[in-house]
Amino acid sequence: MKIAVLALQGAFIEHRRMLERIGVETFEVRNPRDWSHPKDGLILPGGESTVQARLLHELDLFEPLRREAADGLPVFGTCAGLILLSTMHLGVMNIEVARNAYGRQSGSFRTTGPMEQVGDMVPMTFIRAPYIMRPTTPDVQVLARVDGRIVAARQHHLLVTAFHPELDDDLRIHRLFLDIVRRYSKQCPAQQQAMSGTTASNVRHDSKQCPARHVV
Amino acid sequence: MEDRQTLNRQLAQMLKGGVIMDVTTPEQARIAEDAGACAVMALERIPADIRAAGGVSRMSDPAMIRGIQEAVSIPVMAKCRIGHTAEARILQAIDIDYIDESEVLSPADDVFHIDKRQFRVPFVCGARTLGEALRRIAEGATMIRTKGEPGTGDVVQAVSHMRQMQSEIRRIAALREDELCEAAKQLQAPLELVRFVHEQGHLPVVNFAAGGVATPADAALMMELGAEGVFVGSGIFKSGDPAKRASAIVQAVTNWQDADLLARLSENLGEAMVGINAQEIQLLMAERGL
Repeated sequence: MKIAVLALQGAFIEHRRMLERIGVETFEVRNPRDWSHPKDGLILPGGESTVQARLLHELDLFEPLRREAADGLPVFGTCAGLILLSTMHLGVMNIEVARNAYGRQSGSFRTTGPMEQVGDMVPMTFIRAPYIMRPTTPDVQVLARVDGRIVAARQHHLLVTAFHPELDDDLRIHRLFLDIVRRYSKQCPAQQQAMSGTTASNVRHDSKQCPARHVV
Repeated sequence: MEDRQTLNRQLAQMLKGGVIMDVTTPEQARIAEDAGACAVMALERIPADIRAAGGVSRMSDPAMIRGIQEAVSIPVMAKCRIGHTAEARILQAIDIDYIDESEVLSPADDVFHIDKRQFRVPFVCGARTLGEALRRIAEGATMIRTKGEPGTGDVVQAVSHMRQMQSEIRRIAALREDELCEAAKQLQAPLELVRFVHEQGHLPVVNFAAGGVATPADAALMMELGAEGVFVGSGIFKSGDPAKRASAIVQAVTNWQDADLLARLSENLGEAMVGINAQEIQLLMAERGL
């Protein structure tokens, strides 16, 4: 298994370290050449979403990334990554978000709470964080709330948290993402074939014929 | 306060791989944000103009800083004078995202820095050496930048400070356990922080480059030397085409290893800021607050 980590700006090394601890191979994506490498999943890290969105456009990564995520590539977005996946930018996940929803740095905080599909006492570090105002389709599952606000969600192969699991020691959310990666590749032979080949994007178009993609 | 320190270090982690730009007006702040700045530094005069104007240079007018906070959605930083606890309290009161206790302004205290652990707001401080960096971290700084020589457009001091710091870090990492006490004594830094550097091989906080960065190539050079991001002060809004140069520097920091891209980014940027050689200037800001 190989996971791509978007490395345009922000806390991408932290995500790589988490996956290395689990024993999963990762590589950084900074340009279309990097993106062309075969991958089983993608992580969109925290940072400034305005910067990352702008760089995605300038480096010609926006459209290829959007297409593959829409076509079933498992993606995990944290904080800025959540904003990128939302209707505000890539629009592949059906969630409306509020940026800097807790105000400036003085509003940053850490808490612990339960998260569905993960467990109890999950550490949650919010840095100038967004939250999800509302899902726009019923297939978005709310996984966690803090003070009533949605801070983690999943839509089939897409996982997002408004907080930063990569800043804490707890590997459970990264493990959940890897489960999602395995599930969506195992149930879809077309995709698995794609992962061993070099033209992942070509084959992934065929995954439209794979009904498992829509099973959660 | 322990939690605050951690959260404040973590905000700096989110800025990594980014460019923090000096801006003096809401309009400049918007240009910086549109060009891909990961944060802006709000100040009345950029270092090149502070240098030209001379005299005492102080914290900016809070109303001016507020105007910039309202103009952009990215983090806003502002500078206070070294040791000026009251200026820092004022900046904390207007809910600034990061304070730069900066040698660019005239120092208010020629012995003591601010006890930054007493604040909720995060601080970034300049440093030329590992000892300086660790002293600032001991005082509560949650982010470090090289001092360089601000307002010159000459990158030589930033290069020298970054090289010095990285080489000292490598030296500490290579020491024997029983040599650390002596190393702490020589660095004039707390043993626990020296031990951290020994074990981890890097500073306990994020380390940016600052002071004299003027071109995409300068920014790429600093990343190659181990900077985790770049501050650009006078380099952008003292140049011919600020928006284009700002955007080129942002891309250069992300793809600093890609020489083909750097070549394209460096084309037709218009006039760079007029540089002053760091050895020709009268006032060495880097020697303030050691």
